[in-house]
Amino acid sequence: MEKMIYLKDVVTLQLNEKNCSGCGMCIVVCPHAVLSMNNRKVQIENRDACMECGACAMNCPTEALTVQAGVGCAAAVINSALGREGSCCCVIETKNEPPKDQSKSCC
Amino acid sequence: MNQPFIIGSVQTPTGDVPKISSDLSWPDYWGSIKARWGVGRMHYTVDPGLYALGEPNERSPVLVTANYKMSFDRLRETLSNRHAWILVLDTNGINVWCAAGKGTFGTDELVRRIEFSQLNRVVSHTELILPQLAGPGVAAHKVKKRTGFKVLYGPIQATDLPAFLDAGMQTIPKMRRKTFTMLERIVLIPVELVSAFKWSLLIIPVFFLLGGLGAPSGFWQGVLNDGLFAVLNLLGALLAGAVLTPILLPWLPGRAFSQKGLVMGLITTLFITLFGVFYLNIRQDYMNILAWFFLTPALSAYLAMNFTGASTYTSLSGVRKEMRWAVPLEIVGGMAGLTLWVGSRFVLP
Repeated sequence: MEKMIYLKDVVTLQLNEKNCSGCGMCIVVCPHAVLSMNNRKVQIENRDACMECGACAMNCPTEALTVQAGVGCAAAVINSALGREGSCCCVIETKNEPPKDQSKSCC
Repeated sequence: MNQPFIIGSVQTPTGDVPKISSDLSWPDYWGSIKARWGVGRMHYTVDPGLYALGEPNERSPVLVTANYKMSFDRLRETLSNRHAWILVLDTNGINVWCAAGKGTFGTDELVRRIEFSQLNRVVSHTELILPQLAGPGVAAHKVKKRTGFKVLYGPIQATDLPAFLDAGMQTIPKMRRKTFTMLERIVLIPVELVSAFKWSLLIIPVFFLLGGLGAPSGFWQGVLNDGLFAVLNLLGALLAGAVLTPILLPWLPGRAFSQKGLVMGLITTLFITLFGVFYLNIRQDYMNILAWFFLTPALSAYLAMNFTGASTYTSLSGVRKEMRWAVPLEIVGGMAGLTLWVGSRFVLP
């Protein structure tokens, strides 16, 4: 139970080592210890533990990390497929676009 | 807004800042319980802005949180007997992690709130302590560039804050790992259950009454046996998918939540069938019984799949991959079960 791992080989996390400055901010914000430091560069140590929250890419000052960030929520995928919008965090939408309606709850 | 946790004010160069208590009272606990059950959860908020906890001065730490009342309460109760500034962002009443994922607990809102509260005139230092789970929404380097304030990511759990502060703003690795312990899973069950139960209230009476159709021993005997058997199975699906699967998550086979829910659903159906055969006078034709070995596991798998949204470790790519096979299977399984069950009302004598 120490580590819960979801599906294998699905994660979109990408590291461009050339851009890495070794500041380590990504390691700080990652909630699942996916990344580690190796010779003043970050490396992806535990790819399958990544949940694509996007914290590492968001906090990388040199854009060395990319990930298709999103919330791993089946209800959100269904809501998006059905074209429903704006129900709390259960819809997939572009970032920085505040939800229009807060009337529904789900997550 | 009525905010009973405000117990006075603290004078600053920018004017009076409301002073808050670190003691939670009965209404605060009751509010948390209600929110866990989905009651008023989307409007359980505090006013955004700057608050003072204890008697903070210009050197006191600044902690940033969301304006979900439960997040705010968890923060202030962990900081009893301490002096700190609490900067509450407007996240539409959503918790830190969800709001960060949406971008509402984000760089723009943080910068706006720093400027609005004139934080640079309230404190003489330039450090902000953010919960680590704000990471998906806040770009620390951009905050620094735009406001001069340096973002320090503190521990994930508010309860680790005293240790973090006492260690000179240092975390240990354990504080940076998001867990999903049994207790953490259990507190999420009520909300899942309530939303699933709304549907059940519509479906259950229909199955209960249809159970009487085609019963050889008469309609009401059918309702009381086959109808009740159907209701037990539907409640069993709810229990399996929304309660037992979350509790037993790490021990159920498979990685996909649907698979875990499917297994739990099959086990539950087996027990309910044994109960039905031995203790209820259900029609023991294969269609009436087999129907629930399709319907209950399909429903359970669907409910378990929806728990991905509450979990702390599922990725969107993974959920999409799981749904590509799980949703069709759940629909086919559900339709097969429904056809068998309705069929058994009419086809056999």
